[in-house]
Amino acid sequence: MADTSTVGAARADAPPPAATRKPRSVLRRGRAVTPYLFLAPYLVLFLVFGLAPVLFGAWLSLHQWDIQLPNRPFVGLDNYRDLFSSDSAIYGDWWSSVRATGIFTVFSVPLLVVVPLGLALLLNEKFPGRTFFRAVYFAPYVLGVAVIGLLWRFLLDANLGLVNRLLGAVGLPADTPWVTDVPWAWVSLVGVTVWWTSGFNAVIYLAGLQDIPPELYEAARMDGAGAWDRFRNVTLPGLRPVMLFVLTTTILASANVFGQSFLITQGAPGQETRTVVWRIVDEGLRDNDAGRAAAMSILFALALAVISIVNFRFFRYRED
Amino acid sequence: MMRNEMSRRRLLSLGVGLGTAATLTLAGCGGDDEGSTATGNGGKEYTGPKVDLKLWNGFTGGDGEIFKKLVDTFNTEHANIAVGVTTYRWEDYYAKLPGAVSSGAGPDIAVMHMDQLATFAARGVITELDDVAKTLELTEADFAPTVWQGGRYNDKRYGIPLDMHPLGFYYNKAVMQKAGLDPEKPPTTRAEYDAALVELKKSGVQGFWVSPFQFTGGMTFYSVMHQWGGTLFDADVAKATFNSDPAVEACTWLVDMIKQGHSPANVGQDADYLALKAGKNAFNWNGIWQINDLKKSADVQWGVAPLPQIGSKQAAWANSHNFTIVKQRSTDANKVAGAKVFINWLSQRSLDWAAGGQVPARKTVREDAGFKALTEVGALAPEIEYAAFPPAAPGIGEVLLTFYNSFNEAVLGKKSPKQALDDGVAKADKQLEDNRKKYGS
Repeated sequence: MADTSTVGAARADAPPPAATRKPRSVLRRGRAVTPYLFLAPYLVLFLVFGLAPVLFGAWLSLHQWDIQLPNRPFVGLDNYRDLFSSDSAIYGDWWSSVRATGIFTVFSVPLLVVVPLGLALLLNEKFPGRTFFRAVYFAPYVLGVAVIGLLWRFLLDANLGLVNRLLGAVGLPADTPWVTDVPWAWVSLVGVTVWWTSGFNAVIYLAGLQDIPPELYEAARMDGAGAWDRFRNVTLPGLRPVMLFVLTTTILASANVFGQSFLITQGAPGQETRTVVWRIVDEGLRDNDAGRAAAMSILFALALAVISIVNFRFFRYRED
Repeated sequence: MMRNEMSRRRLLSLGVGLGTAATLTLAGCGGDDEGSTATGNGGKEYTGPKVDLKLWNGFTGGDGEIFKKLVDTFNTEHANIAVGVTTYRWEDYYAKLPGAVSSGAGPDIAVMHMDQLATFAARGVITELDDVAKTLELTEADFAPTVWQGGRYNDKRYGIPLDMHPLGFYYNKAVMQKAGLDPEKPPTTRAEYDAALVELKKSGVQGFWVSPFQFTGGMTFYSVMHQWGGTLFDADVAKATFNSDPAVEACTWLVDMIKQGHSPANVGQDADYLALKAGKNAFNWNGIWQINDLKKSADVQWGVAPLPQIGSKQAAWANSHNFTIVKQRSTDANKVAGAKVFINWLSQRSLDWAAGGQVPARKTVREDAGFKALTEVGALAPEIEYAAFPPAAPGIGEVLLTFYNSFNEAVLGKKSPKQALDDGVAKADKQLEDNRKKYGS
């Protein structure tokens, strides 16, 4: 300790005129390099694990690519054409998986944006046991998809499950096919997902709510604004950036749904609840057609990118 | 010294380009047989330097513990061979294996289902084993013909069968008794089966739950379809045939179980089996692997028998675990020789393996008094003679899935049996054509 301080002191005490110029020139030269040095670790990771796989995927999608087969012929845009041509073997499966993902996303996203908001507003109030309830609503989120999947598969079983038994006990129909027929399968998948992930979005909202300055509420109250007016004119605008984040990540997460239908409905009936990600996994890993899987991934990624951009535009427009 | 040589060879193969790595392993394999005769003799014994072998399998259930015990015994008996076992779930396992092999991190020995052999052989993941069979003087006579033939693809042997696991007929004795049926005499014909279901219905039990899923309704359909004389594919596996009249008839018989009230509609995954254990149904056609699970359930009174004959002949869905040797980027003849010794050793001890709930593939073991003492597993041994194994064709897995999905749609009432199977066949034909293009057969 003493050593370092004396060294430091010695340096500070001895400023030779030549030395002042030198560091300055190093700094100046460094100015161009410094930001890149800070960026470098991430940039390297991004190039290796982000950009390179995407480019490689694009390259794969132009081939019939089986990791084990010695010849992986270049097929041009055939893989993409197969996805759009009704006489290919994968056309039906692909579009039914797109439909499944679409249905799930359209029904789950609004619920996952609104329900957690309501939850966060409630949990933001002061009442006894608040921390306990915050924990309760967040709790399911810490469980893995395998756990909640198996759990709900048994609870929702049409013939043996607890859900139908409870419904029967209160005089409601007790033979609803929750996991084997549509639309019930969708109700189950969306319901389970809302139960499972609402806590996460609620926590984000809570953080956002606590960032809104209390003076704004006080001022609004003094101006005679009611609860609804305060929510509309103070809370919602204050939450806008948070909502954009929640909406975007929720859309992406919902579009990437896989485990729930894999475990709870097993794709039934037929393949109606088999989602895009599941389809891609099957194509690439089970059917060993990495080219087709890559073509599917790229189309899917482009679609999600477009949706996200529209999403951002929409929010920015409202801000203006 | 050897290490250096190997890594140099490996470097050379890498230098030619990643894309051709698979080609090189294919070429390397030609020399593999010569190498093994130099250090081993196709599996009888191994006298070379110590080798470490990696073995992958998918035995995640009770069978996994028995398998590991067997491997431990092997390791203590063989000073110069050390086998290390890695276990994955079968689905993960089949997905992981090709990538691991092409990156040089694959195992030396892999356990594989019979219907996967052709795919992995065509994709150059596993090597031929004709010399093992020859040296050990293993012939069709040592196994059931269906099991032995199933290990072949393109006139070459790729798998040494370890066991076979058929679908069996499980019945709940307590439920049968309650309905006035003789619990020691499970039905064996269609007439007896239908009559038993009627009796069960009278006592308020839906006796035979038809699951729409591959496990186990799909396998049940697979079995009855063969009993009616239908097949999934034609002899060359060029066209799907599972919409033939016998197939539609078999599917209709199962779908009618729901219409006649012998099965609830919308049976969930595993619900048929859980219902059997809970005494809610009487009959369940399920895999031989459930025996050990039922043995653990002391309060369930159950029995197991060969499948009843519903159609014009006997048939039962079955599959078989096979040993395969995995191709490496650079072949180490010593490792291959050691692997062959291991396969031979374990195959001869398949009686111990039978305790894991599988019917041993080797005839001598099946005729052994020790096997006959395993009454439940032994009860299904007769099925080995008429077992319907999935055909050997590369890429068949996805086509089988199409088959199971069509059945799913029929049972869930989404389509009529005829319509569901017709649609399935149309799609399966396209998949078969894609596979022909891809694997060039």
